[in-house]
Amino acid sequence: MNPALLKPPLLLACLAPLAYYAWGLQTDTLGANPIEAVTRGLGDWALNFLLITLSVTPLRKLSGWTWLGRLRRMLGLFVFFYATLHLSTYLWFDQFFDWVAITKDIWKRPFITVGMLCFVLLLPLAATSNGFALRKLGGRRWQALHRSVYLIGMLAVLHYSWMVKADISRPLLYAALLGILLGLRGWWRVQERDRQLSGTYLPKRRGRIIPIVVRK
Amino acid sequence: MLIHRTQDIAPSNITPRALFDRRREFLRLSAGAALAGLLPSAEAKLGPGRPSPYSISDTPTALKHVTGYNNYYEFGTDKEDPARTAGALRLRPWTLSIEGLVKQPKTLGIEDILKLAPLEERIYRLRCVEGWSMVIPWLGFPISSLLKLVEPLGSAKYVEFISAVQPETMPGVKSRVLDWPYVEGLRLDEAMHPLAIIAVGLYGDVLPSQNGAPLRLVVPWKYGFKSGKSLARIRLTDNEPRTSWMKSAPREYGFYSNVNPEVDHPRWSQGSERRIGEFSKRKTLMFNGYGEQVGQLYVGMDLRKQF
Repeated sequence: MNPALLKPPLLLACLAPLAYYAWGLQTDTLGANPIEAVTRGLGDWALNFLLITLSVTPLRKLSGWTWLGRLRRMLGLFVFFYATLHLSTYLWFDQFFDWVAITKDIWKRPFITVGMLCFVLLLPLAATSNGFALRKLGGRRWQALHRSVYLIGMLAVLHYSWMVKADISRPLLYAALLGILLGLRGWWRVQERDRQLSGTYLPKRRGRIIPIVVRK
Repeated sequence: MLIHRTQDIAPSNITPRALFDRRREFLRLSAGAALAGLLPSAEAKLGPGRPSPYSISDTPTALKHVTGYNNYYEFGTDKEDPARTAGALRLRPWTLSIEGLVKQPKTLGIEDILKLAPLEERIYRLRCVEGWSMVIPWLGFPISSLLKLVEPLGSAKYVEFISAVQPETMPGVKSRVLDWPYVEGLRLDEAMHPLAIIAVGLYGDVLPSQNGAPLRLVVPWKYGFKSGKSLARIRLTDNEPRTSWMKSAPREYGFYSNVNPEVDHPRWSQGSERRIGEFSKRKTLMFNGYGEQVGQLYVGMDLRKQF
């Protein structure tokens, strides 16, 4: 599969949620409170894209389709894209750029604090998503930095669950999906560590090797 | 060329012009009459109701929004859920029992309640704790006319309003989002205030189920959740009722829950609100703009502590 061919249709597909809300506003089909519907919808999609991005690596490993990895940057940037739009709707339509009220809000309302923290943490990831930054940082440091997306995922789900009034079933669903995606990584990491310690990767030699086995 | 007019229609069979011009009206009327015949009499239009000096002059929120954007968790937690699912609510037979610290406990049928007092139209602001608001032309009567009927005892200090639970028609009560039945409460003097009404209709018509049919509390100076829907029981007590939302999150929801722009909710700033149908936000008014009428109920109270 050539990922270069997949990218244009994927880009369009990723823009579909935005088109849906733009069309809904235009035709007034978003219900009684369209601004709330747009704000929440864009937030939902930022979180959806975060989970989609986090599922690239597990899917690649399970399916063997290595080309999936080449789509990850675009998906990750769409997390940032929708998060930025989500934040903008809040700053504009909720607060009308009243910076005093916004500052008070960030300080006083925990779910806003956490949401804002998510956005701030996304900034360096978006800024270093290009090849130049990757080369400049070096693979190891780049990867270490981008692992902060795990924390961002947890904070985003927390932001969602603190926003809802009583029915936390949807935030719980997101938490469960995130748990699976992060859990898989943890599980694979433990396995890899065991393999390394038990000498799986050592070149075959004559004579006896006594492997160091660390087991639970 | 000669044009012959056929003469096979008797003049008596020709519809007079005046009637012919009103044919659509005739169709509409007969369709309405046929429909009215199908429905029980209580479902017929309740009429406009007497105008009330308590009504405000703002333009009411569009009916489709009033009936399409509801918080009624018994029918689902999304605001579009009740409009979809509340039609199943069984409205007849319906009784309301009034009990507790009263001289004459009573169980009233809905038909009798509707005849209890003349219906008034009350165009009120409704402010939801979530930061949105509407203007709704309710049809109803003061709660006081119901309470006077049972003669509250001197020891009665509070009124508890208990909503109906119909597990077979209410999909939401299967989940434990809130403690069912939905319970709300007022201090007796708040309940006796002429602004506090039992609504049985809106927009001149019978109350739609998603708005809390057949009997719904409306307390316009408090956040919307204080106005319990589909009331089944009213109980007079001597201690403060624990309401469903107080049990769910005591730090967030106080017993009084008066609309108060000074007291923020941890999730929503209460300083402003978006009126449904409007783009800009409005400043939220103390007691939702009813301070002149209800302010004296709270003299000497610290409304920051007793929120």
